[in-house]
Amino acid sequence: MERPKAVQDKIREKAKELLSKKEVDLIIGFGQGTLPLRTTPVFIRSPEEVDRLIWNSFCENNLATYLHKFSQFRVGLIVKGCDVRSITALSLEKRFRTNPILRIGIPCQRMVDRRKLKKAIKEEILQASEQEDQIIVRGDGFQVSLNRDDFLYPSCQACTHRTPIQADVLIGEPLEESPLVETHPEVGEFEEMSPEERWKFFEKETSRCIRCYACREACPMCYCKECFVDSSRPKWIEKGLAPSDLQFYHIVRAYHQTGRCSGCGACERACPMEIRLTYLTQKLNQDVKELFGFETGIDSDAPPPLSTYETEDRQEFIK
Amino acid sequence: MKLKLDKKEFQPFLQSLIDKYDLYAPVQLTEGVSVYKKIGQPEEINLHLPNPQKPAKEVFFPQSEVMFRYERVGKQDQVTSMEEVKRERVILGVRPCDIQAIFMLDEVFLGKEYTDVYFLHRRKATTIIGMACEHPLSTCFCSSTGGDPFTRKGSDLFWIDLGEAYLVELLTEKGMTFSESRFFKEASSADFTLAQKIEEKASKKTDPSIPIDGIEKRLDQIVESPLWDQIHEKCIGCGVCTFLCPTCHCFDIIDEDLNRKGQRVRNWDSCLSNLYSQETSGHNPRPTGRERTRQRLMHKFNYFPKNFGRIACVGCGRCILYCPANFDIRQAIKEIQKE
Repeated sequence: MERPKAVQDKIREKAKELLSKKEVDLIIGFGQGTLPLRTTPVFIRSPEEVDRLIWNSFCENNLATYLHKFSQFRVGLIVKGCDVRSITALSLEKRFRTNPILRIGIPCQRMVDRRKLKKAIKEEILQASEQEDQIIVRGDGFQVSLNRDDFLYPSCQACTHRTPIQADVLIGEPLEESPLVETHPEVGEFEEMSPEERWKFFEKETSRCIRCYACREACPMCYCKECFVDSSRPKWIEKGLAPSDLQFYHIVRAYHQTGRCSGCGACERACPMEIRLTYLTQKLNQDVKELFGFETGIDSDAPPPLSTYETEDRQEFIK
Repeated sequence: MKLKLDKKEFQPFLQSLIDKYDLYAPVQLTEGVSVYKKIGQPEEINLHLPNPQKPAKEVFFPQSEVMFRYERVGKQDQVTSMEEVKRERVILGVRPCDIQAIFMLDEVFLGKEYTDVYFLHRRKATTIIGMACEHPLSTCFCSSTGGDPFTRKGSDLFWIDLGEAYLVELLTEKGMTFSESRFFKEASSADFTLAQKIEEKASKKTDPSIPIDGIEKRLDQIVESPLWDQIHEKCIGCGVCTFLCPTCHCFDIIDEDLNRKGQRVRNWDSCLSNLYSQETSGHNPRPTGRERTRQRLMHKFNYFPKNFGRIACVGCGRCILYCPANFDIRQAIKEIQKE
């Protein structure tokens, strides 16, 4: 696998070329964050600015969520394997009929879970960098080197689509698609629970929800002009913190993703209350794969199974 | 008056508070996430956490509160107000930044023109035990916004963690009601010296260099600047920064009703949401992130100072720490001042 620094140089080179030749109006990519272990989305409009683009193991956002905002522009978007699948899924929903998107794909080294790292260190981390397979963190009077692969996001550990398929431009060589773990670790744990335990787990996680909707806004697939939670006619749900409303929101959010979710994990990463969310969406992804042989954003012609029907569809659950 | 509470006496002291008051304090919900909550058992409290995600404003101005309930009984309408606070309350472990923010909420809810009874009753019934902030984070900039990690203003009692004991300062009339507490002993001069050392060390940690001076006037000049086109771009439009902000105080009032009965509820709202400024006609005067982000910053650094004479930011750093897109208000302030 190419080193992040080498990938970064190539991204800048490509961005410069695309902007100089005016093939795109802007490039949305990752830039240096203001906090250690963070990057921040950057919007690059001229060849002189391309050095603001960076690439490392902290490029955790799914930038496809910004495409809805830039529908009047020709956007070059930096995408990982999961992010590009969101774009394919959105295209199937006819989201981008007017604006061409140039998908700049980066084979992904899997992203580092900043919170997991912070919890392991306990003290405040003031600086972080990576070297080969190590993450080096520094703070007030300490420096620690940690094995990168021990601190990956759950959704990244089980990823089997690290190389962006259908990218218009691929930066670097395709990667071998072998997951580090068989299934998403939290889906495995969830599956082993009894129905009562599952409910308790779900209840506990959703009880922390503050209804900031960061999970919704971070997700490229949540683009409804009016979300069901915001609708007042009809009013599907109340706006307070009653447990039933929090649970209802999270169930419906997950179900609305069925057959549409690329498993990027942006929802979970965005949550300030650290509510676990991907065990639900990833479980649904697995179900869709088992029941319909469908994976989001792989085939750019196959409609998501819940948006279509066939007479041979399974129906033994109808009693 | 300066006293101290030996940590061996901490649990019994908490129990005595719970017996007499509704006690609110930081509670860890899961590793890395905490909030202020009403306490049932002393063991629930954890004073060694970083500043809780949700600020202490929640204890005075809850995210969701019932204002009154209504019911149609026969031909009569019955309305039951929920404004009464039945028991005296204590909030423990509040950092100076959150306490400064409560003063700003006072300006809004207990202002010259309007008095909000829900806020007023909670505020009156609550004794605030402030807690020195001994470990400000690198995202803290209270010393740029007129505070510091040891500001006593607003605390009825103020605690400093000395390791084996808490130094306890009684600062107001409400605080003095604890002067006879059997859990407090007299503090020694060695305790004061130690407390002073801790204070000096902590005060150096928070960033005094964020350029706040003159920001109100600056903003007056740049309302239509192209700066706003660029500043908002990364904002995804969620409510993290506003909900976790100790000074943000916008709300939405809604009726939750069934056929013949219901309740009027007040919920936090966020100027970053599309729905916030959506009018019944369908027109939205703040149609994009550009106008909404501008509103957030204008309210904090221009409208609030115009109305109440100080900026509505206490430098707690929560919006920086928890933004999904790493929007950094310190950077925004610098760009505004540079413009």
